[in-house]
Amino acid sequence: MHEMSLCEAIVQTLEEQASTHAYTKVKRVRLSVGPLSCVEPEALKFSFDACTRGTLADGASLEILQAEGSAWCFGCSETFPITGHGQPCPRCGSHLVHVTSGDEFKIKDMEVV
Amino acid sequence: MCGVCGCGNAQKTLDGKVLDGHDHTHDHAHDHQHHHGHTDGHSHAPGLDGARMVQIEMDIMSKNDGYAAQNRVRFMESGQLALNLVSSPGSGKTSLLVRTLEDLKDEMALGVIEGDQHTANDADRIRATGVSAVQLNTGKGCHLDAHMVGHAMDELALDKSGIVFIENVGNLVCPAGFDLGEAHKVVVLSVTEGEDKPLKYPDMFAASDLMLLNKVDLLPYLDFDVNAAIANAQRINPGIRVLQVSARTGEGMEGWYTFLRSALVLADVSQGPSTPTLHAAE
Repeated sequence: MHEMSLCEAIVQTLEEQASTHAYTKVKRVRLSVGPLSCVEPEALKFSFDACTRGTLADGASLEILQAEGSAWCFGCSETFPITGHGQPCPRCGSHLVHVTSGDEFKIKDMEVV
Repeated sequence: MCGVCGCGNAQKTLDGKVLDGHDHTHDHAHDHQHHHGHTDGHSHAPGLDGARMVQIEMDIMSKNDGYAAQNRVRFMESGQLALNLVSSPGSGKTSLLVRTLEDLKDEMALGVIEGDQHTANDADRIRATGVSAVQLNTGKGCHLDAHMVGHAMDELALDKSGIVFIENVGNLVCPAGFDLGEAHKVVVLSVTEGEDKPLKYPDMFAASDLMLLNKVDLLPYLDFDVNAAIANAQRINPGIRVLQVSARTGEGMEGWYTFLRSALVLADVSQGPSTPTLHAAE
């Protein structure tokens, strides 16, 4: 449900960047989204179309690039990829792990005119 | 409408007053320069239509995080402990707060920021204890954001050291992603819910420092497995602390108050032996 307000934040950023980067229309936006970012890609795409209507990003396409998540095991010092919370260390099976990345949610780049 | 802060969104209200848009520029008068100097559209390099790539690498949450950082500085400078209370609807957050306020109001300064989609019912319950409360209504929104909380702090006008409780919208999903500037997120799970909730809604339990297991007075009548619930929460977040409480009978509440007192000491740096300044290296 909060994907709608996240999309509004994206549109606002696109509008704010328009003068800095001298563009009047956004044709494509690429986001980098981590598996722990609390963002549902399908809901985001749905909201994006609604939020961009009548803005400089009207009709723009949205591409979501999956960023990687990783965690570190307190028990055996293994660093390993994760796709969500609560995943045990693949080497020793411990749940005593520290999440080190995966909450990324940013605009990576965009195609503009 | 500004999506991050809700400014200009008539659905978002603070004690019934619409949160108006202020200094955000929503300039939709895009300066289209239709020179059409080129008679053929192919002269723009590199794309056929003059399109180009712009790398910005901007964090989408940065606006909210900026407001949250401002709130955090305000709390620190006033020596206030801010707690963000999150849970499903019906876990007993407001009852827990009412009891806490009754028991601690003579001991320390307290204030409450209440978040709900609609009604001022919760703020009214809080005010009945004599503690000041501000009601934020999010309208269709599913969470509080840092900008709304900043406005609420203006309204609350608590100018001395004490505890500010922010009762978030009852929702175990969205509030996990929004930093409000709090010292800790405190998640309330009641024993009438499933013990697997931490596994079903991991983001909230991963974001919280403390879990209050509420309504433990009902345990004799339920099949709820306390140890399984705690193990599930710690599987998601190995660092989470757990206190078992009953806001109705008062069982376990003293442990919660001990947490509050010690966290307040840590939040109020003026109580320490030396007062570090926020901008020492100037």
